[in-house]
Amino acid sequence: MRKLKYILLIATVGLLMYLLQLKIPNLFFSIEENEVWNSARRLILAFTVSILFCGAIAAVIYWKKIRPYLSKLYKFRSLLYQLVKRDFKAKYKRSFLGIIWTILNPLLTMLVLTIVFSSLFRFDIENFPVYLLSGQLIFSFFSEATTLSMGSILSAGSLIKKVNLPKYIFPISKVLSSLINLFFSFLALIIVMVITRAPFSWTMLLAPLPILYTLLFSLGVGLILSAAVVFFRDMMYLYNIFLTILVYLTPIFYPISIIPDRFRFLVSLNPIYHFVECFRTVAIYGGIPTLWQNVVCCLMSLASLLAGLYVFYKKQDRFILYI
Amino acid sequence: MTSETAIKIDNVSMCFNLSRDRVDSLKEYFIRLVKRQLFYDEFWALRDISLEIKKGEVFGLVGLNGAGKSTLLKLVAGVLKPTKGTIMVNGTIAPLIELGAGFDPELTARENVYLNGAVLGYSSKTMDKYFDEIIAFSELQDFVDVPVKNFSSGMYARLGFAIATIIKPDILIVDEILAVGDYKFQEKCKHRINELMSGGTTVLLVSHNIDTTKRFCHRVAWLDKGRLIEVGQAKEICEKYEGM
Repeated sequence: MRKLKYILLIATVGLLMYLLQLKIPNLFFSIEENEVWNSARRLILAFTVSILFCGAIAAVIYWKKIRPYLSKLYKFRSLLYQLVKRDFKAKYKRSFLGIIWTILNPLLTMLVLTIVFSSLFRFDIENFPVYLLSGQLIFSFFSEATTLSMGSILSAGSLIKKVNLPKYIFPISKVLSSLINLFFSFLALIIVMVITRAPFSWTMLLAPLPILYTLLFSLGVGLILSAAVVFFRDMMYLYNIFLTILVYLTPIFYPISIIPDRFRFLVSLNPIYHFVECFRTVAIYGGIPTLWQNVVCCLMSLASLLAGLYVFYKKQDRFILYI
Repeated sequence: MTSETAIKIDNVSMCFNLSRDRVDSLKEYFIRLVKRQLFYDEFWALRDISLEIKKGEVFGLVGLNGAGKSTLLKLVAGVLKPTKGTIMVNGTIAPLIELGAGFDPELTARENVYLNGAVLGYSSKTMDKYFDEIIAFSELQDFVDVPVKNFSSGMYARLGFAIATIIKPDILIVDEILAVGDYKFQEKCKHRINELMSGGTTVLLVSHNIDTTKRFCHRVAWLDKGRLIEVGQAKEICEKYEGM
């Protein structure tokens, strides 16, 4: 009975959203020629919004059940801070240039790739360095965050064996460390934009939104990987190969237009593509992502986060037996 | 559970899967699946343990190696989850299962104080307040900014002990750590533990030194091969254990 109530609620709100869209077409996304695709989009849009809406209501109703988890995270916020600080300090501690590497690293990678792709393989892209760096920024954030989180539980093994603390704090700390690196890459992007005289737009202030989507998505993937690798060490190597495939499936150094239409859906199944597109829209093209784009990103990151939390929660008590 | 009880252990059993070597890779997994070696021998580290420890009590565990003492401590600390039964703990726990767990060798003593404090759930503000006291207690004034990888094992243990006991916990778990450092520091540790005990902290103590157990504990439980043999007054049980 209880479940039925929720389904009814979601259905009603979804229907209202759907009707609203019929009333005002063209508001939330650009209409395409294909009518089937258009109505599919409308449906997905309507029900995502409705599920999110009902989820928010449920969170308020069940606040008492959720609270202990959040207060535990709050209690250990200082550990989170210390772990992130340690990662940051340890990373460049022994190097001569130290913190400068955080900006130099993305700049040099971009330089190499720009030279390769503007002399060897030419694509018709305006201001290639900026295009490249903006894509690379999001992708390397994702790959760094997930790779680091993957090993986080294993490397914290000695701690987990002796002290009772929330284990999810380790993947979270790694994702936050990567977020700091992303911040420096962002500075590098701004430097390159200034040098190449790219136009700036106020929409750049919206950049935290696509970054937030990527962050939640990476956290979910990172949670799953960190749990998986405890039971199957091979995951580390498999994931590296997977990342290599993903680089080529993401339009980082090529424009989406070079992919034939019938293969386009393969790329659009890749979540990172959507985050990259969304980021480029606000950061370098001065546009605002449509509601449809936002919904797609939102859905992907929330699905990943929920799956990650679920897998991690189910498996965490058995970690200690396998570390 | 009354408010007088600090730890209540109810019919707890702990089972480990003993595999000669762990299945780490997919290939091995399939090989073992084919050979039907995936199902390991079960090993019951603890069987049906029930104990109730009162607030402010100093409770000792004695038993030979492999009796399950450390497993029991880990269960109380919440590091392990029992296979069967329940454990209820009333209050904050300072686990001294291994001193200096969570130290990062690359960081200095100062940074590690904050890191380790955070591991125990204390904010950096709290640690600010106790920082000088910790350094003074561990006698490391001259080494505050030295990476702990350069520390001797004695210095390591001193720092770990100082951090774990600086803030008065409700329950203190002590596993064989009174054997660290030189004679002088051991005395200091004992003094500190005495101080905590008189302040109402419940202490759960494991020591192979029977004299230490006799001197500190009010009550003692004797474990053997995962089973509870007897619980009773410290002196009585220790004498029985020695006469075994």
